[in-house]
Amino acid sequence: MVEVYELKKYFAVRKTGQWSAKSVLKAVDNVSFTVRMGETLGIVGESGSGKSTLVRCLTRLIEPTSGKVVLDGEEITKYRKRDLRKISKNVQMVFQDPVSSLNPRMNVLSIISEPLSAHEKISKTERKSLVVDLLKEVGLNEEHMYKYPGELSGGQCQRVAIARALSIKPKILILDEPTASLDVSVQAQVLELLEKLQKEHSLTYLFVSHDIAVVRSISHKAMVMYLGKVMEIGPTEKVVNEPLHPYTKVLMRSVPIPDPDSVLTEPAIQGEPPSALNPPSGCPFRTRCPNAVDECSLADMTLKKVEEDRYSACILNQRRSDS
Amino acid sequence: MSEELVRFEDYSLDFMTLYGRIKALKNVNFQIRKNEVFSLVGETGCGKTVTSLALLGLLPSNARPRGKIFFEQEQLTAQNVEQKRGRDIAVVFQDPMTSLNPLYTVRQQLADVLMARRQVPKKEALRSVVDILREVQMLDANRVADLYPHELSGGMKQRVMIAMALSCRPKLLIADEPTTALDVTIQKQILWLMKSLREKHGFSILFITHDMGVVAEFAHRVGVMYAGSIVEIATKRRLFKNPLHPYTVGLLNAVPNPRVGGKLRAIPGSVPSLVNPPTGCRFNERCERAFRKCFKETPPLIEVEDQHYVACHVYGGDENG
Repeated sequence: MVEVYELKKYFAVRKTGQWSAKSVLKAVDNVSFTVRMGETLGIVGESGSGKSTLVRCLTRLIEPTSGKVVLDGEEITKYRKRDLRKISKNVQMVFQDPVSSLNPRMNVLSIISEPLSAHEKISKTERKSLVVDLLKEVGLNEEHMYKYPGELSGGQCQRVAIARALSIKPKILILDEPTASLDVSVQAQVLELLEKLQKEHSLTYLFVSHDIAVVRSISHKAMVMYLGKVMEIGPTEKVVNEPLHPYTKVLMRSVPIPDPDSVLTEPAIQGEPPSALNPPSGCPFRTRCPNAVDECSLADMTLKKVEEDRYSACILNQRRSDS
Repeated sequence: MSEELVRFEDYSLDFMTLYGRIKALKNVNFQIRKNEVFSLVGETGCGKTVTSLALLGLLPSNARPRGKIFFEQEQLTAQNVEQKRGRDIAVVFQDPMTSLNPLYTVRQQLADVLMARRQVPKKEALRSVVDILREVQMLDANRVADLYPHELSGGMKQRVMIAMALSCRPKLLIADEPTTALDVTIQKQILWLMKSLREKHGFSILFITHDMGVVAEFAHRVGVMYAGSIVEIATKRRLFKNPLHPYTVGLLNAVPNPRVGGKLRAIPGSVPSLVNPPTGCRFNERCERAFRKCFKETPPLIEVEDQHYVACHVYGGDENG
């Protein structure tokens, strides 16, 4: 299981110039969730919602301010600095931009085998055969072994990044917008590959994306974030088809549907998200929410169970389920 | 309605580079009618943007174009396109940050356009900026007018770009991936804005995108591009309900639909190099239905049904033997 309890990451930033007072930017604010092994959690949100910061905190690439992260029974937030390497045996990451996340001076063989040599002692021949197996698994072949990232296409680079992540057989794979910079036909190839790998190795995925359609096609559970807070968690089908939270509803109404019968309707909300430096009190979405009531500004917004397996942070949803 | 505004006639384009001759466009044929939204869709490097640059006469010096482009029945030349650009043909690019000048305020930049293109006196131009911003539904237009581009959000910058493009009442607006860099809620606002402005002023839009969802909601007719050629042109409804070209079929299967879900099917292989494109149909290596002729002859774009054009030997290839 991946368990996250009340995770927070606050950054101290200066609002204007170098000498102005520091203020707090709550990039991730009180986020809790659990993912079962072998499942995929899709994390959706617009830019600046804190989804990337959240997953970086899970591997302590960014040190969380407070909270608890338990990966496969191990509380990694308690690890000392020098033990951090142990995390990477179980958790690996794949980033958005495949070209910049691969070292341009290393060939594919050394890129993929680098995590292996960092964790175990293996012979050169063993290393080579492992890399060949991995390349085959991600749909590449031996030919690519001595190529450099610059000679590969975006999709191929992303396959190499996935092979590198899989090289030390992690249980959990964190995918931070892995298909955002790829074309749709290549995106479909990568998603297909990820699904295949998940079945074969019973991997657990945390899949970050801004595209709710992609999340829908790959994840079992979906989590919607807005300004550092979780708005809604539930089974993907439910979240997408019968969204509870007003923000999820707005999101679903904004996503263009590839169907010729869909017509462009008036936007559900006007304006832009407020600054994370100066978020509204109470519910961060209340300033743009079509259903906002007075209480939204007062209530301390927390995620509560509204239906079986479904959680929402909206007090209107919570009130309905209480009565 | 069906009056023609723009026509590309057998337009081909090569780029001379150190790596050889890049055959960026090959026999492109299409027309844009008055008052319609014509969308060009395709993946990275298929020639969508280059097509729009050709129309604007903004090709780099290593470009070697062949063929003709007509605007209102008049052939575009290097001389007359200069007159039309910014007046009859306006453009909104994908990245609004790089298309606005970071050293000038919104007011100065917008006024510049009016002074240069419509010969409005400076004082009047500076004054009318706020009205122009209001037209693109800019909230707080008075304040925004005196901000610098870096102080604006992506959505606001794109509104400024649209305001700038439309301030000279163009007959054609080229929108090159105008919403790709934006979040979905903002994308919706920008699309809605362009739709309402088009209905109000009546101009045509050449809408370039890779997002089939946006095409479905926004376009009237669609041209699908692949590796520098147009492979299919049809009305939006026809294209989605009855796609003919194997590439269009594959593309539509690869697009995730948030409402329906279901499994995606990828197109195997990757886009060929344009330095050394395959002979015959450029899709032949990835095509399930390819036969011998596809590797020899380039399929012409033919009208298979009313207003539905496709460039594929599977359809009507028999006529020529």
